[in-house]
Amino acid sequence: MVLAFKQETFRDDFTFSNSPESIRRFPFPFHEDKYMYAVNIEPHVLGPKGSVYEFPIDIDEHYVSEMRDRELVLAADPGRCQALPHMMTAQWDMLELLMTSMAHDYPEHFTLTRDGDRWHWINRPLGIDQKFTFGDHKTLPYEPMEYIGRQCQGDFSIQDQRDGQLYMDAGLITTQADWSLDFDIGMNFFEWHGPVPLAHEKGVFERALKFLLNLQVGRPVRRLNWTMTINSRLDTSPENYHKWGIDRTTVTPENVGDKVHLRVELQGLWRLPRSNAILFSIRCYLIKMRELVTVPKWGRRLPRVLETLPPEIADYKGLSRYRQMTIDWLKTYDDGAPTSPGFGPD
Amino acid sequence: MTASFLRRVRVAEIEPVASRIKRFRLVSTDGRPLSEFSGGSHITVCMQSPDRLIRNPYSLMGSPTDPSSYQISVLKVDDSRGGSHFMHDRVEVGTELQISEPLNLFPPAKLARKHILVAGGIGITPFMSMMSELDALGADFELHYGVRSLGEGAYCRLLQTHYGSRIHVYAQDNGELVPLERVLGSQPLGAHVYVCGPKPMIDWALRTATLAGWPDENIHSEQFAAPPAGKPFAVKLARSEREITVGGHQSILEALEQEGIDAPFLCRGGACGQCETGVSACDGYIEHNDHYLTDAEKASGKKIMICMSRISGDSITLDL
Repeated sequence: MVLAFKQETFRDDFTFSNSPESIRRFPFPFHEDKYMYAVNIEPHVLGPKGSVYEFPIDIDEHYVSEMRDRELVLAADPGRCQALPHMMTAQWDMLELLMTSMAHDYPEHFTLTRDGDRWHWINRPLGIDQKFTFGDHKTLPYEPMEYIGRQCQGDFSIQDQRDGQLYMDAGLITTQADWSLDFDIGMNFFEWHGPVPLAHEKGVFERALKFLLNLQVGRPVRRLNWTMTINSRLDTSPENYHKWGIDRTTVTPENVGDKVHLRVELQGLWRLPRSNAILFSIRCYLIKMRELVTVPKWGRRLPRVLETLPPEIADYKGLSRYRQMTIDWLKTYDDGAPTSPGFGPD
Repeated sequence: MTASFLRRVRVAEIEPVASRIKRFRLVSTDGRPLSEFSGGSHITVCMQSPDRLIRNPYSLMGSPTDPSSYQISVLKVDDSRGGSHFMHDRVEVGTELQISEPLNLFPPAKLARKHILVAGGIGITPFMSMMSELDALGADFELHYGVRSLGEGAYCRLLQTHYGSRIHVYAQDNGELVPLERVLGSQPLGAHVYVCGPKPMIDWALRTATLAGWPDENIHSEQFAAPPAGKPFAVKLARSEREITVGGHQSILEALEQEGIDAPFLCRGGACGQCETGVSACDGYIEHNDHYLTDAEKASGKKIMICMSRISGDSITLDL
């Protein structure tokens, strides 16, 4: 597949937009007309051609511009990328997983040639041609996680598994929905999920941890998570809250369609073979309300879902201030017709 | 785990390595390279014997950085439920087998300051890949390896050649035993101890470590025990409204599989927790043989690990 990469921004003038094809493949996260809390973990198996599930690692039209935005974030705040010393094997595991997957599924854009531990990586969209020795990080310009993370859409954290727990001991996080690697690094699974409302009481995290501790090599799993973001800003980090928090006050009935974005994370969990660590990939997709309503089913469904959202969840996701305004705007696209079950467009 | 996730392999080499131990080298035949793995990992080997499917876990022994083949060692045991006899007597070079992807329930603690490995007999196997990994990382480790005799101990000379003074072998027929109290009594803070071997040895090692003041988090063990035998009993399945019989030398899981009933499992050794099953009634007494449920959960009688545990009594009703 040859992708046409867009030139666009995720800050300042926010020129980001989705092509019609990109709208059709958006991973809309609601399969029914009401909100239901669910862990919704399923096997990360390959999906239909053209969908975000077609390949294990999804590269799309926003690739080049997203990588440029990541570069800006890292230049301003190197703390967004951190790895504790015992995570080096896991970093190489991650590099191998991403390079082999990207080269296999997007051969027009990426090429990987391996001769024992002598590797040759070509990234055409970013103009990179790199020979290096697998296992020797001094042969790369960055440590392996950062090297490949600067060339792959999505945030990544790597969890070490020990004592029946997972510890977030490495990560490259620049497109996050208001959480901080710098704050969470070294925390265990329960600690970094501490702020999530309602789920602890239901025992969700105990069960999820048990499940993940037995995650197997070659059998990744995935789930969708969602929130909403004002403006097409990828970097909604606590570190930069002073820059974007105020955006929530700028929504008016006139600009909802362009300012309010549904933000969906395709989260993947992968057992890494050499390190026995778990890679968590968080691939962020943005869609403007004006783009979303071009799919009539989604235009009907989203306001119905938002109306049933418990207040704790709306607060946690930071939507409270503009939720009703968004519902009102979307309602003008909801003719009350029934919607078909399932996520996709009709 | 279901059959579609199994890998097909061929036995490329069989080597007797001690009086009752053979080493098998397995190569992929399904067109995909075998996965890399981490030190301490095991695979489950599926063996189709004439009357039933046997699935046994075996530690991967080769270097984790070389996935061109997998190596396992199999001890022929007299009270075998079929697996080790199958591997020793029926498997030849060229035999095709099915295996699971590697799973690691016995990984070295990456933050340990020092690793003390204690092996008894065939319990040496998970340490082979673990030492290879630790050595490559430049980690500080030592192995204390108890064998009945040098003739029955596998890989003694190989290990000594490779790792030199870090390897300590104790031959029982020479009157030598692993001097565990002394070994554990003089380690730096932050050391971790790992034990693999027969159950009595593991129990002794865990007790010794605890008495020597070692914190629980720094003590690790792995044991591949067959599900203990007992008397036959009935299993009623509440959801599917079926009833099956578990034979005296069978586990509940094996009896379910024989009847074509899909139940979740991974390690088949009572360690991983995957096969945890709810109990709605029990006309008898549950014999818990797993290392997973807490004492309180065991006492409640509401849960059973069907890969290892059984009942003494007439019947048990499971939430399946």
